[in-house]
Amino acid sequence: MKTIDSYTAALPPRHRRSSVTFTSDRWRTTSEGVIIAFVALLTSGLLFSLFLLLLGKNPMQFFALIWQGGFGSSFSLQNSLQRAAPLILTGLAFAIPAKIGMTMIGAEGALVLGGFSSAAVAIPLVSTHQPVVPTMMIMALTGILTGALWTGFAGWLKYKRGVNETISTLLLTYIAIAIMNFFVEGLLRDPASKNKASTMPIGQDYMVGLMPGMDVHWGLVVGVVFAVALHVLMTRTTFGFAVRISGGNVRAALAQGLPVGKLILTCSAIAGMCAGLAGYFEVAAIQGQANASLAARYGFTGILVSFLARHNALAVIPVAIMFGAISAAGGLIQRRMDMPDATALVLQGIIFVVLLASETVYGRFAMFQPKLETAR
Amino acid sequence: MTAADIALILTAMLGGAMRVSTPFIFVALGETLTEKSGRINLGLEGTLVLGAMIGYAISYQTGSPWLGVLAAGCSGMLLGLIHGVICSLPRVNDIAVGISMMSLGTGLAFFFGKPYIQPSAPRLQSLEFGGWASNPAIKSALEINPLFIVGIVTAFIMWWGLANTKLGLILRMTGDSEPAARAMGINPIKVRVVATVLGGFLAGVGGAFLSLSYPGSWNEGLSSGQGLMAVALVIFARWNPLRCIVAALLFGAAGAIGPALQSVGISQGYYFFNAAPYILTLIIMISTARSTTAAREAPGELSIIK
Repeated sequence: MKTIDSYTAALPPRHRRSSVTFTSDRWRTTSEGVIIAFVALLTSGLLFSLFLLLLGKNPMQFFALIWQGGFGSSFSLQNSLQRAAPLILTGLAFAIPAKIGMTMIGAEGALVLGGFSSAAVAIPLVSTHQPVVPTMMIMALTGILTGALWTGFAGWLKYKRGVNETISTLLLTYIAIAIMNFFVEGLLRDPASKNKASTMPIGQDYMVGLMPGMDVHWGLVVGVVFAVALHVLMTRTTFGFAVRISGGNVRAALAQGLPVGKLILTCSAIAGMCAGLAGYFEVAAIQGQANASLAARYGFTGILVSFLARHNALAVIPVAIMFGAISAAGGLIQRRMDMPDATALVLQGIIFVVLLASETVYGRFAMFQPKLETAR
Repeated sequence: MTAADIALILTAMLGGAMRVSTPFIFVALGETLTEKSGRINLGLEGTLVLGAMIGYAISYQTGSPWLGVLAAGCSGMLLGLIHGVICSLPRVNDIAVGISMMSLGTGLAFFFGKPYIQPSAPRLQSLEFGGWASNPAIKSALEINPLFIVGIVTAFIMWWGLANTKLGLILRMTGDSEPAARAMGINPIKVRVVATVLGGFLAGVGGAFLSLSYPGSWNEGLSSGQGLMAVALVIFARWNPLRCIVAALLFGAAGAIGPALQSVGISQGYYFFNAAPYILTLIIMISTARSTTAAREAPGELSIIK
C-alpha cells in the first residue's frame, strides 16, 4: 500500500512543508489533545471529590485506594492489566468507526455474541477431544467472524439505508444478549450448571493460558498488537487516509471517488472483530464457558476509553489500563470505604460528561494552533 | 392451541400493552418535546433508570408513591438541565453527550439505589375498570394505571399546544430553523435548554412508572433500552404526540408477547420473545430511514436526520 508521504512527494515544492515545521505542528495539536484530556480528568476528579465530600467520604482515601488497588502491588498491577485487555479491544471497537464519523456503541453486543459463539463452536470440538491448537484457532476465528458480521450488519444498514448507527448498534446489543440467553437457558445449557445457566465448560486444556511469570492472559498482548496494527493502518496507509477523509467530509470523499460505502463496512467489521475477539478471550481465558457474566459492561466502558484516547488507537492502551485499574480497585473501595460497586460507574459517568464538555475548548488557545501559513 | 387460549393471549397482550407502553409514552413525549426544539437527547435511558430509582426511594421514604413520581420527574429535570447546558456550548456533539448522560444517570441510580433493592415501597394503585367482568383475565387486563391516563392526556395537551399556542410556535420554529428564530428575537439556546429540561421531567416520570407500577420494584435490570427505543419510536411517530401513543402501544404489545405466552404456559422461546421490541424497533428504523415523508416532517435542525 502507498503511504501518505508518497502523495505529498508528488506535490509541487511550495505545498511541501519542511519536515521540522510539520513535526512541530503535529506536536502542537497532539499536546493540545493530551493537555485538555488531562485537565478534563483533573476537573472530573475534583467534581467526584465534591460528590464524595457531600456523602461524608474522604476523597484522598478514595484516590489513594485506587492507586493501591490498581498499581500498588504486583498483584494489583496484574489485576489491572487483566481487566485492561478487553477494554483495549472494546476501545478500538469504538475508535475505528469514529474515524469515519460513526458513533457505534454496540461493542457490548458483539463481545457477548462473539464470546458465546466461540463457546458454542467449542462444544462439539471439545467433547470429541480435537487437537488443542486448531480448536483454539477455530474458537477465536468464530468469535472474530461473529463480531465482524454483527457490527458489520449495522454498518451495512447505515450505508444501504441510512439507518442511524448509534441506535441500531445499541438495539443489536440487546438482541445479542437475548440470543445468548435464549441458547444458554435452553438448547445449549449445560445440565451441570445449576445456579447460573451456562454452556458446557471448555475445560482447562482448551483455555488460553497466562503469560510466563505473570497472572495476565495472552489477550493483553493480542490487544496491544491489534492497537499498534490498527494505528499503523489508520495513519500510515491509503486505507486509513481514505477513512479519515471520509470521516472529515463525506461529500469531498465521494467527489474524489472514494468507496465510502466499502470504507464504512470495513470500519464497522473491524470494530466487530475487535469486540468479538474480546468476547473470545473472556470465554477462553476468564470464564471458561459462556453465560450472563459476559455482559460485564466492557463494551460500554470501551466507549469512554476511546473518547478519552481521542479515538487514537495507540492512546487506547494507556487509557484502557487506567480504567482497568479503576475497576481492579473496586473491591478494595467497597470493603474499605463501604461504598457500592457502582461507585466506579459514577466516576466514569462524571469523567465522560466533563470530557465531552471539554470539546468546546479545542481551538481556543493560540499556542496549540498549527502555523501552516508562516511555514510556507 | 384452542380458541380460548388465543383469546386469553390477546387479552393478556392488550392489558400488557397498556402496562408496558406507559413508560414508552412518557419517554417518547419527552423526546418529542426535546427534538422539536432541534436537539436530540439520547441520555433519556439514564433519566429513565434514575427516575425509577428516585421514585421508588422517595415512595419508600415518604410512603407516598405520587411524591415519588414528582421526585422522579425532578431528577429527570436535573439530568435534562446538565444535558441542555453542556450541549449549548459550541462544538459539543449532542449525541455523544447523550451517551455520557446515559452512563452518568445509570451510575448514579445504581450507586444510590443499592439500599432500595430489598425493601418494598408503596406502589401506585391501579384503577379497576373491569369490575363488571367475571373473567379474571379480562379483569386484570382492565386494571389501568392512572399514569397511563395522565400520559394520554399529556399527549393530547402537547399535540394541541404545539399547534395552537405561542410557546408551541416558538418551539417548532427553533427546531426548524435557528436563523429564523434568531430573527424573531428568540434565543434558541434558552428554548432548547427548557425543552430538554421538560423532556427530562417526562422521562423521569416514565421511569417512576417502571419501579412503582409495572414491573413494580427497583432493581438494576429494570430498564433495558426503553429510553433508547423511544428515540426510534419518536422518528416512527414523526414527532407527533398522538402518533406517539399509537407507536408506544405497538411497542408495548411487542413487549407483552413473551409474558402473555407464558401466562398460558408457553415458556419456550421466552428469551427470544423478550427481544421482540428491539427487533420491531430495528425493522421500523430500517423501513422509515430515508423515507421522504419522515424527512419532510422532521425538525430541520435535528442532527440525527441530517
